[in-house]
Amino acid sequence: MDMINYYLSMHEVAFEELVDYFYRLSEIADRLRDEDRLFEYTPPMPRLTRGKYVAGTTTVKHGFPIFQKYGVCMDVTNVEQAQVAEEAGAVSVMVLDKLPYDVRRSGGVARMADPKVIEEVMSHITIPVMAKVRIGHYMEAKILEELGVDMIDESEVLTPADDTRHINKWLFKVPFVNGARDLGEALRRITEGASMIRTKGEAGTGNVSEAVKHMRIIRSEINRLSKMDMEDRMKMARELGVDIGLVDITAKIRRLPVVNFAAGGIATPADAALMMWLGADGVFVGSGIFKSKDPMQRAQAIVLATSMWYDPDKVLEAQKMISESKSMVGIDIRQLKPEELMQTRGI
Amino acid sequence: MRVGILGLQGGIYEHLYHLKKSFTELGIEGEIKVVTDKGDLNDIDGIIIPGGESTTIGRLMNRLGLTEPLRRFITDGNTTLGICAGAILLAKEAVDAKVGSVQQPLLNVMNIRAIRNYFGRQKNSFETLLEIKGLEGGPYKAIFIRAPVFQPISNKVEELAKLDGKLVMAREENILVTSFHPELTRDNRIHKMFINMHINEK
Repeated sequence: MDMINYYLSMHEVAFEELVDYFYRLSEIADRLRDEDRLFEYTPPMPRLTRGKYVAGTTTVKHGFPIFQKYGVCMDVTNVEQAQVAEEAGAVSVMVLDKLPYDVRRSGGVARMADPKVIEEVMSHITIPVMAKVRIGHYMEAKILEELGVDMIDESEVLTPADDTRHINKWLFKVPFVNGARDLGEALRRITEGASMIRTKGEAGTGNVSEAVKHMRIIRSEINRLSKMDMEDRMKMARELGVDIGLVDITAKIRRLPVVNFAAGGIATPADAALMMWLGADGVFVGSGIFKSKDPMQRAQAIVLATSMWYDPDKVLEAQKMISESKSMVGIDIRQLKPEELMQTRGI
Repeated sequence: MRVGILGLQGGIYEHLYHLKKSFTELGIEGEIKVVTDKGDLNDIDGIIIPGGESTTIGRLMNRLGLTEPLRRFITDGNTTLGICAGAILLAKEAVDAKVGSVQQPLLNVMNIRAIRNYFGRQKNSFETLLEIKGLEGGPYKAIFIRAPVFQPISNKVEELAKLDGKLVMAREENILVTSFHPELTRDNRIHKMFINMHINEK
C-alpha cells in the first residue's frame, strides 16, 4: 500500500518531536520562574518518578486527539442524540445548546451549553464528550474543565467574548481544539496550546465549499513552506507571528504537527470522504446529521465513509445508506452577508 | 515478520516508527500492512489492534465483516498486540467504570474483563514510570489516555504490570495487551516484546 510509505515519512518521530519542542520551551520558562520572572505561555514541565502520576501533561493533551483520528465527532443537543451518535459509531460528541444551523437562524448571543445537559450526556455515553466555549472566554473553559469534558472547542460558532485574544490553553489540564482557515491561524492556535486544529469551514450551512477552501489553503501553504530556504521560513515565521521552531517542524513533516480535523458544512458521506482525501484526519459533523431526516443511517454512513475514504466501493456503499432527499437543505455561502460569516471570528 | 495493523480508526500509523525501528534493531526482515479487509489477514503473521474508540472500531469491524475472520486469526495462535481500545476489543467482557454495562461488539478472545475509563475522564489522563515484568532496561514511561484496566477471569492470564493493584498490562498465550500507549513514546521495547513473541512461537 503506497499510503504506508506516505505516512511513514510523516511519522518518523512526529508526535514526540512536537511534545519535545514544547517541553524545550517550558525548560526556558522554568528557568525564568526560578528567577521570579513568571512566564506562563508554555506548558508546565512534568517530572516523572516511579509511583507518581502526572495528569494533564502536554503528552496526554496532545495524545488524546490521536485516538480520534479517522473518526467522526458529532454535534448533539441532548442525551437521545448522543446515544444515536454513540450507537452509530461516533468517536466523540460535541454538546451544544443549539445546532449551528439554529444558532445562525436565531441570532442573539450564542454561549456555552448548559452544564446540566453536558453532565447528563457524560453520564449516559462512554465515548468522549466535547463542548464549545466562546473565543477568549477563560471562565466558560474553566467551568467545562471542572465539569470534566474531555476536550474544549474554543469556537467561532459561539459569539466571541474577546475580539482579539484567545484563551491561554497551556493553563488547562483539558485539551483544546481550535478552528483555523489558514496556516497562520493554525500555528498561532497551536502556540497558544491547542492540541488539535479543525478547519473552520462555514458552520451550519450544510455547504462543504468553505471547508474545502480552508483545507486547500493550509495544504498549499505547507507545501510551499516545505520547499523554502531557511531565510524564507524565518520571514514566514515572523509574518505569521509564531516561533520558527514550530514552522520548521511543520515544514519537515509536511502537515500540521497536531491532529487536523475538517469541519463546517459536512452533510453527506461523500462530503466526509472528500475532506479526508484533502488530508483531514477526521471530521466534525454539526448540523448535517441531526438537521437531516435520516440521522441514524446518515451518522453510520458518515462513520463508514470517514474510515474507508480511500476505497470508492465503501464510499459508494456509505452514500447508498442515505438518500439525498433527506439531506439538510443548506445555505448558499454567497447569500450570506459578511457579518453573518462565522469563520472570520478569532483569527 | 509480517505485521498487520488494524486500520479502521485511531492511532494506526503511529506504530510505523516503532515497528521499523524494532525490525532493524532485532535484525529481522519485516513488513507492515494496514488491515481493512479479511483478505489482508492471509498476508500477515501478527496483528496490532490500535488505540482509538473501541465502540467505533468494533462497529466498523462488524460492518466490514472483519469480526469473525479476525477472531479466527487470533485463536489460530497468531501474535496479537492490543493497545487501550484494542485491548478492550480483545476482552471477553467490557464494562464502563461510570456508565456500567455497555453493548458493544467484542472479539471475545482473551480471558479478561476490561473496565473502560477506569481512571476517569481526559483531565485525569496521566503519565507515569511503570515497572514491567520481563522488560529489561529500567522502568517504562507509560502514557494513559482515558485508559481501561483489566481483571483476569482465568489463571491463564499472566500479569505483566500493575498500577495501584490494577492490571494494566497482561499476556495470555499469543495475546499481549496494554492499557497505555507505547506508540506515543520513543521507547520501542514493547513492540520488540511483541515481535519476539512471534519469533519464539515459531
